[in-house]
Amino acid sequence: MHVPDGFLDAPTSAVTGVVAVAAVGVALVKARNELDDKTAPMAGLVAAFIFAVQMLNFPVGVGTSGHLMGGALAAVLVGPWTGLLCVSVVLLVQSLLFADGGITALGTNIVLMAVTTVLVGWLVFKLFQAVLPKRLSLVPVQAGLGALVSVPAAALVFVLLFAVGGNADVSLDKLTLVMVGVHTLIGIGEGVITFLAVGAILAVRPDLVYGARPLLEQRELVIKKSEVAA
Amino acid sequence: MSKVSTKWVVLGGLLVALVLAGVVSRFASSDPDGLTKVSQDQGFAHTERARDSLIGDYGSVTGVVGVLVVLAIAGGVTYAVRRRHPHSEQS
Repeated sequence: MHVPDGFLDAPTSAVTGVVAVAAVGVALVKARNELDDKTAPMAGLVAAFIFAVQMLNFPVGVGTSGHLMGGALAAVLVGPWTGLLCVSVVLLVQSLLFADGGITALGTNIVLMAVTTVLVGWLVFKLFQAVLPKRLSLVPVQAGLGALVSVPAAALVFVLLFAVGGNADVSLDKLTLVMVGVHTLIGIGEGVITFLAVGAILAVRPDLVYGARPLLEQRELVIKKSEVAA
Repeated sequence: MSKVSTKWVVLGGLLVALVLAGVVSRFASSDPDGLTKVSQDQGFAHTERARDSLIGDYGSVTGVVGVLVVLAIAGGVTYAVRRRHPHSEQS
């Protein structure tokens, strides 16, 4: 979904630029609480992995493709604030080195693919974590569901921005329909990839999955309590 | 119970990322992505101001370079802002 230069007018791009700078600034402060000896080494890997997987466009319908955005994946693996930083670095490198996503649109792309997908992905993940049984094996499913919802959510935010500052006169109803439609299909791919990636790390080292930590801490408490009882 | 060390998880994950960017990317779909296709169909593709890529299109070599650049920047930033003493509150 990399927005190139020109799709949105200058004022809108300036506003998304300010929002992106503010979001990254807050994330730089808040990420400190998430980054400890376990998450810090993972953060670089998560960003590098998302960059690699974003190269893998998969077909969605005829003549269209989609790729991972990665916000939900990053949030679940290393925490939402660190995740926002990871995806932002990916978008920065793609824009500067590969001209994938515009320079003036960098703020827009950070708002769409870092801020929106992390926020929505993480909230939906936490929602399902609260509602579903507290089982470690469900973490990849919850992450996948967060990922699935995060992509059409980003598409909706794009439509919103286009409604405010799009450089062309198009039917917004139609734009909403096709954007959300195609990005729901892409979201399914996002969900599957996120499910697999979180599942892989969880199988090897569940303690390296940030979103699984509340469950692990709970389990430790249960074990300690039963030891005392015995 | 033997636990896979964090180092090996990171190295293993990095190897996967490099193989995906360097090899698997050759099999990626070259169709336009969701937004690009929508911009063509809905008639606003012409508003794009295209520019040249600094190191060329995504390919095996540039993909691997990209992975390493992202790793260096993201790793550097998160290393710089990490908590240095996870067990002490004042640091």
